Amino acid sequence: MTKNEALFNYLLRLGDTSLILAQRNAEWCGHGPFLEEDLALTNISLDLLGQANSILLYAGAVEGKGRSEDDLAFHRTEREFYNTLLSEQSNGDYAKTILRQFLCDAFDYCFYSELVKSKDETLSAIAAKSIKEITYHLRHTSSWVERLGDGTEESHSRMQNALDELWRFTGEMFEMNEVDSILIKEGIAVDLKSIQPKWESKVKEVLERATLKIPANAFMQRGSRDAKHTEHLGFILAEMQSLPRSLPDAKW
Amino acid sequence: MGNTKDSQGALWEVFVQKKPGLPFVHCGNLHAFDKEMALQNARDLYTRRNEGTALWVVPSDAIVSSSPEDIGPFFEPANDKVYRHPTFYKLPEEIKHM
Repeated sequence: MTKNEALFNYLLRLGDTSLILAQRNAEWCGHGPFLEEDLALTNISLDLLGQANSILLYAGAVEGKGRSEDDLAFHRTEREFYNTLLSEQSNGDYAKTILRQFLCDAFDYCFYSELVKSKDETLSAIAAKSIKEITYHLRHTSSWVERLGDGTEESHSRMQNALDELWRFTGEMFEMNEVDSILIKEGIAVDLKSIQPKWESKVKEVLERATLKIPANAFMQRGSRDAKHTEHLGFILAEMQSLPRSLPDAKW
Repeated sequence: MGNTKDSQGALWEVFVQKKPGLPFVHCGNLHAFDKEMALQNARDLYTRRNEGTALWVVPSDAIVSSSPEDIGPFFEPANDKVYRHPTFYKLPEEIKHM
């Protein structure tokens, strides 16, 4: 694998995760628990879409086959997507949506704080811009996790169910392969093993305040590094890609 | 559930400061369950388009308001007291916001 191939794959991981999470959160648009929170979550969704846009634009340039960010978003199939399994999980109730977003925010916060130091100038610039947005997302979702976890009996049990369901998808976020070793050597990629303890302590701190229990000895599902996904991704892509695929020349 | 039941939290008034030094200007209100949520909601609702660099949120019921009946006794006596306006002397040019 060349350095360029590794970088292309790395960018797809990051760009696809932001894109799919943006699409998931956008499903709440107009259906939020109340107006203010509806807007807050769609703001987060738009920030993620903006991040996906810059990263996939760069991915297209790195690949060098003339593919635009839209080509990459709308004209790849399920087995060509590298987003994390966590990002594609279904919305469920608001507890699950907020917890999914919180777990991703905590990861993004630790990850992009490090990516700012990347020797790849484009990546480092994207990270510097994104980290401000991510810091706010994490503040917003942390307070919701705490509020719902340490709230009523019902909100607590919904949060605990969400945690029991989603925890198994958090392990693979830190999985590294050849792509990482090539890019870490070049000073481009973040060593995921080094940020894992930071992520764990951030997450534990909030979950403790929220009186939630991390499932013990949970089985960790993996797959996204090999573009293997849960059953949810196909449905998201079908919905997200149907318009540009049926009307390829459609313009705003 | 009736339309009148409001389960979206208390009402808060939002004030935005455009730049440091300028006054905080009232721009609307929102629902929230506590201070932190009110502040976050204000950020998401009222400052998404570079409207400001600082925010105040105040519980709506903390605002004391004059009522329409007060217009006469409160404000009309000022009408015929022109000497209260700074129109009898020249303002230095450096003073812009009088």
